[in-house]
Amino acid sequence: MEAKFTTTKTSFLERLHIDGFLLFAISCLMGIGLITIYSSGGQEWDLVHRQLTRLAIALIGMFILAQVPPMAYRRAAIYFYSVGLAMLVAVLLFGDVGKGAQRWLDLGIIRFQPSEIMKLAVPLMVAWYISKFSMPPRASYISVGFVLVLIPTLLIAKQPDLGTSLLVASSGIFALFLSGMSWRLISFVTILGGAFAPIMWFFLMKGYQKQRVITFLNPESDPLGSGYHIIQSKIAIGSGGVSGKGWLQGTQSQLEFLPERHTDFIFAVFSEEFGLIGVIGLLFIYMCIIARGMIIASRAQDAFSKLLAGSITLTFFVYVFVNMGMVSGLLPVVGVPLPLVSYGGTSMVTLLAGFGILMSISTQKRLLSRHS
Amino acid sequence: MPAKRQMIRDHSAESNLFARRAFVSIVVVLSLMFVIIANLYVLQVQKYEDYQTRSNGNRIKVLPVAPNRGLIYDRNGVILAENRPVFSLEITPEDVIDLDATVAELSLLLNISESELERFNRDMKRQRRFKPVSLRNQLSQDDVALFSAQQHKFEGVAIEARLSRYYPFKDTLTHMLGYVARINKRDLEKLEANNQAANYAATHDIGKQGVEKFHEPLLHGEVGYQQVEVNNQGRIIRVLSFEPPVPGRDIVLNIDIELQRTAQIALDGRTGSVVITDPRDGGVLALYSSPSYDPNLFVHGISSFEYNKLLQSKASPLLNRATQGRYPPASTIKPHLALLGLEEGVIDSQTEIRDRGEYRLKNVEHVWRDWKKGGHGRVDVTRSVEVSCDTFYYDLAYRLGIDRISESMRMFGFGEHTGIDLYEESRAIMPTRGWKRARFNEPWYIGDTISVGIGQSYWNATPLQLAQSVNFLVNRGERHVPRLLKGFMQDGMVKANPIEMKSPIPIVDPKNWDIVLDSLYGTVNRQHGTAHTAYRGAKYISAGKTGTAQLFSVAQDEEYEVDNVAEHLRDNAMYIGYAPFEKPELSIAVTIENAGGGGSNAAPVARQIMDFYFSREKPSELASIIVDDTEVR
Repeated sequence: MEAKFTTTKTSFLERLHIDGFLLFAISCLMGIGLITIYSSGGQEWDLVHRQLTRLAIALIGMFILAQVPPMAYRRAAIYFYSVGLAMLVAVLLFGDVGKGAQRWLDLGIIRFQPSEIMKLAVPLMVAWYISKFSMPPRASYISVGFVLVLIPTLLIAKQPDLGTSLLVASSGIFALFLSGMSWRLISFVTILGGAFAPIMWFFLMKGYQKQRVITFLNPESDPLGSGYHIIQSKIAIGSGGVSGKGWLQGTQSQLEFLPERHTDFIFAVFSEEFGLIGVIGLLFIYMCIIARGMIIASRAQDAFSKLLAGSITLTFFVYVFVNMGMVSGLLPVVGVPLPLVSYGGTSMVTLLAGFGILMSISTQKRLLSRHS
Repeated sequence: MPAKRQMIRDHSAESNLFARRAFVSIVVVLSLMFVIIANLYVLQVQKYEDYQTRSNGNRIKVLPVAPNRGLIYDRNGVILAENRPVFSLEITPEDVIDLDATVAELSLLLNISESELERFNRDMKRQRRFKPVSLRNQLSQDDVALFSAQQHKFEGVAIEARLSRYYPFKDTLTHMLGYVARINKRDLEKLEANNQAANYAATHDIGKQGVEKFHEPLLHGEVGYQQVEVNNQGRIIRVLSFEPPVPGRDIVLNIDIELQRTAQIALDGRTGSVVITDPRDGGVLALYSSPSYDPNLFVHGISSFEYNKLLQSKASPLLNRATQGRYPPASTIKPHLALLGLEEGVIDSQTEIRDRGEYRLKNVEHVWRDWKKGGHGRVDVTRSVEVSCDTFYYDLAYRLGIDRISESMRMFGFGEHTGIDLYEESRAIMPTRGWKRARFNEPWYIGDTISVGIGQSYWNATPLQLAQSVNFLVNRGERHVPRLLKGFMQDGMVKANPIEMKSPIPIVDPKNWDIVLDSLYGTVNRQHGTAHTAYRGAKYISAGKTGTAQLFSVAQDEEYEVDNVAEHLRDNAMYIGYAPFEKPELSIAVTIENAGGGGSNAAPVARQIMDFYFSREKPSELASIIVDDTEVR
């Protein structure tokens, strides 16, 4: 295997540090996203143009990050994490309030959500810390890892942003899981997590978040209020049937019964218009990306790269699962977009940044192998 | 230290461990994917039809479309109630660029009042921005012209037309025709109870009074439906299908608007009523109650000021005196009692009394006086009607007794609903022993019976009952139910209701009926008749009976003097009559409150109407055929 890589003549894309397969799959999803945004946004080019601009920016970001060797990430991890944490604290103290939550930090020129940084900073930090020791790491190192995950998770949950804190937490925990933490410890943490749930409910969750959970458990209890989203979304998906109503033909979305049509609930629009067949196709593309990510992780030559790549890949799956789960009524509504498809800039940049790191790990192995 | 550790790391073991963990992850990922797909399978395949239905339920709304209300014609095809477009000025807020400026400019142009603006602002807050809000409900022709000329300046403002009821004869037909007005909460409850709420879903107005109310089921029609696709805000995107409403039936009344109008003119604003019917079928030709009011006031919502004025007026214009007014029938029922006396054998054509102006009973101190001081002298039954001798009837009533009188007069329709097609009808009072016991907890006194003999005491009757009783006499016991509705209009023809009859009054000897009808002839046509003066020189032969109802009891030793009595206690003038005598075409009952004697006040009104009837050029009646009852109702 190794010999093959070192001897193979590098292709054009490889020289650019681009993983061709990943780029193709990502582009497919972006295309699906644009088509669905056009349909759900009242067939106006305006939204499509804005999304295209964001995609271009995010792709450039990905390309740049793919050029950075994994070693550099490893060295930067601790600084990245510390700055991110400091900004999270800053947000809680001076942040702007938008939609009832304190998420934004205004730096004069740009306004951004530090919690997005943590989606990458936490796996970087945990991977860096754990990879210093031989695997499987001792329980004490794992505990430190948990603390590294828990601090930003709680800070983000406090903003409150349940969706992001969930993604940040899972990205760190995946790194710990992949590092080989013992199954005994895993069961222990699971039980601890179970015990933590009531604490979340009574001390950390805001009223509207609790309402979401209640609505999730029984959406029909409040069909005009908070249950409306889930009910309308399920109607959209269900009425799509096997083959869908056809592009631009989804009555639930075209007649605006669906909320958040081009953002968090875009999956419902897609399901209504393209049916079960379309959805299975969409899931297949996601599976390809996840499989590719796990292959990159397995082939990575040092522990840091393996943990980081695996964590980024699995977190990407969490996006997919949580979004589809909430839109189809399996999970409570938390603000997680359908990755690479939903309209919106912030998450797109973060996601493609993750893919940039993944591509760096995938294409810069030789440099790594010389060092280790 | 870390460097050392790294040195001794077992890379292949670490790789294997990672590979195992990665494999576990992939398995978990795949199983969660499976959960997602399984759930989508349930939604999109198993519950597809359920969600399909709910999706359609979301987007497809069924909008009711109101049917056009049936028109109302008189017997000669003159339109009595029609539907006219009314125009309203409507603003669709989302289409207006500067709402405040537009409203201000319109206010200036059309003189929009403060209260209109207030209502507009209130409605604005309640409505969705794409739904039009009315700034002025009834635009005058001038408003329409003014606005139309400048419409280009007002984007998002439009004139909307809606059909609304209009009564061209205004106060002439009010009580009989009634009116429609906006459906209120009580109407809605009633409609719901009758399972009619869906049929009225789009309807604006409902019959509140008179024919409009009674024949509401005929006039209303059936609601239509429009299936439309709407978005989440209820905005109509497109029409999917349309099931047109079935318009209400155009109905034809027995009313003759010319007679009705003449009755109004003849009453000349005096308080009272005129009822004219056709003895041949019971059809009501005219039914006028005075004072009246313009029913058009109610159609668009009467102002509370106007309504209170009507409500508080001492003359009670809201009351339909012809069917709800309860008057002592006075001498008008003498022919009926005479007939009863003859048929019962209590008197015969030869029976005579000597009237000295007083009636006394043995051992009773009370004296019953005749209206004529000194009396009428020798009086037989014919003359008793013609001169309206009270004493004759004191004695007759005494001999008949209240039980026989009540029973028989009930057959003549007194104390009973006539069954006319109006909800506003009183059955008035035909007293009995039992009635007095129940009402006053008092026994029936002989004096009560004697007063009943001249249509006083507790007896009262509606003018319609009086007109009906004339028909019963004229038709020798045959009893038609008085009817306003003649039938419905179809293809320019009247599909008429069959004539409704009650069981006839049994006849003992037809000669008795001849005697009574002859006495009615004499009242008008013989020199001593009480209506002779009123009918002097008439070009047709009619018959009738006057009545003067006492509202004020004169003490035993006093005399009734008009000038000493407050106006509201003055006698009611009454007259019943029919013409032509041989083959009656119309019967009439005139009641004028506090006018004085019937012969000099009510009979001339009847004369004026009959004069008109016999002198006019007969309008050509609509062709009509009688159809099965079930088709009409």
